[in-house]
Amino acid sequence: MPLVFAAATVHGPGITARRDAATPQQRDIFFAASDILRKRMEAAQLDALVVVSSEHYTNFFLNNAPPYCIGLADAYDGPSEDERFLRIPRTSVPGAADLSQHIAQSISGDVDIAHSRELLFDHGIMVPLHLLTPAMKLPVVPIIINCQMPPLPPLARCHVLGRALRRALDARPERVGVLAAGGLSHWPAVPESGKLNVEFDRAFVEDFLANDTARMTRYSDAELVAAAGPGAHEIRSWIVAAAVAGGHGGELLCFEPIPAYAVTGCLATLNIRAAG
Amino acid sequence: MSLYSVQKLLFHLNNDAGISARFESARDTLLDAYALSQAERAAIIDGDVGTLYIMGVAPLLLAPFSGRCKLAWPDYLAALRRARAAAEPH
Repeated sequence: MPLVFAAATVHGPGITARRDAATPQQRDIFFAASDILRKRMEAAQLDALVVVSSEHYTNFFLNNAPPYCIGLADAYDGPSEDERFLRIPRTSVPGAADLSQHIAQSISGDVDIAHSRELLFDHGIMVPLHLLTPAMKLPVVPIIINCQMPPLPPLARCHVLGRALRRALDARPERVGVLAAGGLSHWPAVPESGKLNVEFDRAFVEDFLANDTARMTRYSDAELVAAAGPGAHEIRSWIVAAAVAGGHGGELLCFEPIPAYAVTGCLATLNIRAAG
Repeated sequence: MSLYSVQKLLFHLNNDAGISARFESARDTLLDAYALSQAERAAIIDGDVGTLYIMGVAPLLLAPFSGRCKLAWPDYLAALRRARAAAEPH
C-alpha cells in the first residue's frame, strides 16, 4: 500500500500573511476545510509526503532553470520569506532522503529531473505544510516545477512526471501521500493582484476531480495567462497529482473565492487507483 | 538596460543572506559587481518598486524586495499601479 493519500491545495502567501484580511465567512469556510484535510492526512498515517509545488525565484534563476527538481536532502529550511510577513516561523522540515533518491532514480527513465540537496522552502510548500502538518515532523519529498521562467514544462509532460512518480511509489513499502500545491487562477504580486477567474477555477477543478487528462492539459501557456493570470501556470502541480492518483473522482472540500488571499481557496482530495 | 543583471541582483538579495548583508554594509561595492545602468542602480537604492516593475523586473522578485524596503503589501501594489498608470500613453 505505497500511495495512501492524494490531495491538492492552493498555496498563496496571503493565506497566512493576510489571514485576517478575508471576511470571517471566507476564513471559516477555508480554514475549516483545511482542518478536515489535515485530519484526513493524519488518518492516513503517512510515513512521508511528496509535495509538488512551483518555483518562485527562490531556488532557481534564469542562469539555471530546470523544468523540475526533486530534493534529496535530509532536511529543508523554510520559509525563505520574512517569517514576520508570512507569519510562519522559520524551521527545518525533515526530508525523506532515501525515498527521494529512489524516486529520482526511478523516474529518470521517463523525465529528466534535476536534483538538489539545498532546496529552500518558500510559501509554496510552507503554507500547505503549516496548515496540514503544523508540527513539521512529517518527512517530505519536495518536487519543484518551473512555473516562472519560460520555456515552462508542457502540461502534458507534467502528467508524464506524475505517472512516473506513481510507478516509483508503487515499488516502495512506505505509506506515502502526494500533495499538489499551487494555482489556480491568480495574478501574483502584480497590479491586478486579487483578481480571480472563478469560472476557470471551477472548470479546472471539475476536470481535476474527473481526472480528465485531455481537458486538464489542453491549455497553451498563452491561453492560461490570458484566462487565469500568470499564477495559473501552477496548475502543473495539480496535473502531476492527478496523474499520481490515477483514480476518478474525489472530494471537493472547499471552493471559496477569496480575493484578499489572491486565490480561490480550494482544497480537494483524489481517489487513488489501485496499483498495477 | 540590463534587466538580467537587475533581476539577478534581486534574486541574490532575496535569497542569499551574505549578499543581503553586503547590501547594508558595502552597498556600492556590491552594486559595482552587477552591470547596472544608473537608472537601475538608483531604483534599487531608492527601493523604487514601481520603476523596477516598469523596467520589466519579474513581480515575484519584486515582492520580496519590497518587504526588504519596508513596504506594506497595499503600498507595494499601489506603487505598481501608480507606475503603470504613469507609464501608459495618455
